[in-house]
Amino acid sequence: MTDKTMTPEDVVSRLRSGMTLGIGGWGARRKPMALVRALLRSDITDLTVISYGGPDVGLLAAAGRIRRLIAAFVTLDSIPLEPHYRAARERGAFALTEIDEAMFLWGLTAAAHRLPFLPVRAGLGSDVMRVNPELRTVTSPYEDGETFVAVPALRMDAALVHLNRADRLGNGQYLGPDPYFDDLFCQAADQAYVSCERLVDDFGAAAPQTLLVSRHTVAGVVETPNGAHFTSCVPDHDRDEAFQRLYATTPWPHFAERFLSGDEKAYQSAVQTWHEEQQ
Amino acid sequence: MSPTTAATRAEYCVIACAEAWRDNGEVLASPMGLIPSLGARLARRTFSPDLLLTDGEATLVGPDGTAEGWLPYRRHLALVTGGKRHVMMGASQLDRFGNQNISCIGDWHRPSRQLLGVRGAPVNTLNNPVSYWVPKHSARVFVERVDMICGVGYDSAAAAGPSATRYHRIPRVVSHLGVFDFATPDHTMRLVSVHPGVTAGQVQEATGFPLALPGEVPDTREPTAAELRLIRTELDPEGLREREVPQG
Repeated sequence: MTDKTMTPEDVVSRLRSGMTLGIGGWGARRKPMALVRALLRSDITDLTVISYGGPDVGLLAAAGRIRRLIAAFVTLDSIPLEPHYRAARERGAFALTEIDEAMFLWGLTAAAHRLPFLPVRAGLGSDVMRVNPELRTVTSPYEDGETFVAVPALRMDAALVHLNRADRLGNGQYLGPDPYFDDLFCQAADQAYVSCERLVDDFGAAAPQTLLVSRHTVAGVVETPNGAHFTSCVPDHDRDEAFQRLYATTPWPHFAERFLSGDEKAYQSAVQTWHEEQQ
Repeated sequence: MSPTTAATRAEYCVIACAEAWRDNGEVLASPMGLIPSLGARLARRTFSPDLLLTDGEATLVGPDGTAEGWLPYRRHLALVTGGKRHVMMGASQLDRFGNQNISCIGDWHRPSRQLLGVRGAPVNTLNNPVSYWVPKHSARVFVERVDMICGVGYDSAAAAGPSATRYHRIPRVVSHLGVFDFATPDHTMRLVSVHPGVTAGQVQEATGFPLALPGEVPDTREPTAAELRLIRTELDPEGLREREVPQG
């Protein structure tokens, strides 16, 4: 059995500029932030990022690492608009493929099933068709003869996801109420990396349906306690709302200098110091 | 607030939102925003007891907050396309045919203001009934033409063909001034009722396109005493609704 444990730096060493990178979670929920921070410490750039976007997109956009974003939204949830994403879009910093949430889901599903596309009743009549002129429709071969959007597969070179628990083999468990789409991201990627709050030897008497990600879809496992910070990773930790507000209101160079100039340990320690200063 | 004082504007808005879910049967009510949430919960507690509601995350909950089902995003999106849902969304822009924009203001290629993105508006509008809630009715929201069509309006659905129109329906729009629908021959927006204290002229003044105006515009219906008590003592005892829609 292969031990796939590695460090965030090991994960980043397997990524290249120009890759298509999927990032799991949803909005400011269970994002693989420690892996994104490791990516920010590298020179990797020119990425095509596929994400139900949150601060993962904001950080990469602020640092100028995105060539194209494929997304239905970017939000911090409790703060509706992601400030760095907004600023990047308003200065025309990267290309955008803006698709609907369900189109995104069926694109991931098509990629996981090695299909070129899947039909979906979404997009027709909306400006998603205008801003993505490469989108095609498909007509049902059955009696109904209906026309649907053929959502192209969202295949990716690599995927990053964050789960509550994982074993050394790459099996991942979620303990919160929502799996989001992390299993699909892993299936849609040539190589998937799972960061987790805690590595476990085994899952004991866990309900098997909590074992969301299977090792055959995973290339590497990283233990990153509090690694989703400042997004939520319930029940291990809630979103750090105070810190998220700081992130959203601090000019990027100041934020990056104070919190992102060292490694993950330095980040966690700088966050702790900041919280202590607030008391 | 005493349960016997007259209803506030915010409370009329709650009632107007609640009415969107009347006679909907056993479907998920998906309210976005505070006043639609109060409306959905009021509807379930009174005239639409079969509605399903979530806790805002992935759990379907009964009126007492206990779990009765699981609805993570993947199942939520499947529920949308199955049609057993009536959502009330917000709108940064809304036009006379019900096209809605929450994506960006200005040219999409380089917007002057980036907003949320299309989110699920395209799939919602083609698959389950979609109503809208606009807490501040103005000509900046009610525009002649939206900058980016996210939620599909009647004219856009018709132009896109039968797959787009098959399940497309916009039952109602509620703003802090009144209630609207599209029950006109050409599916343009019609003023259905005004909240007490508002005139049809004021509504037209605050709207960036000509509304279909019936000869006599009735007032939005008054909350019953029991509804007011529910809103004030159980659903929103802190009175957050008055912050979303301040008393006119």
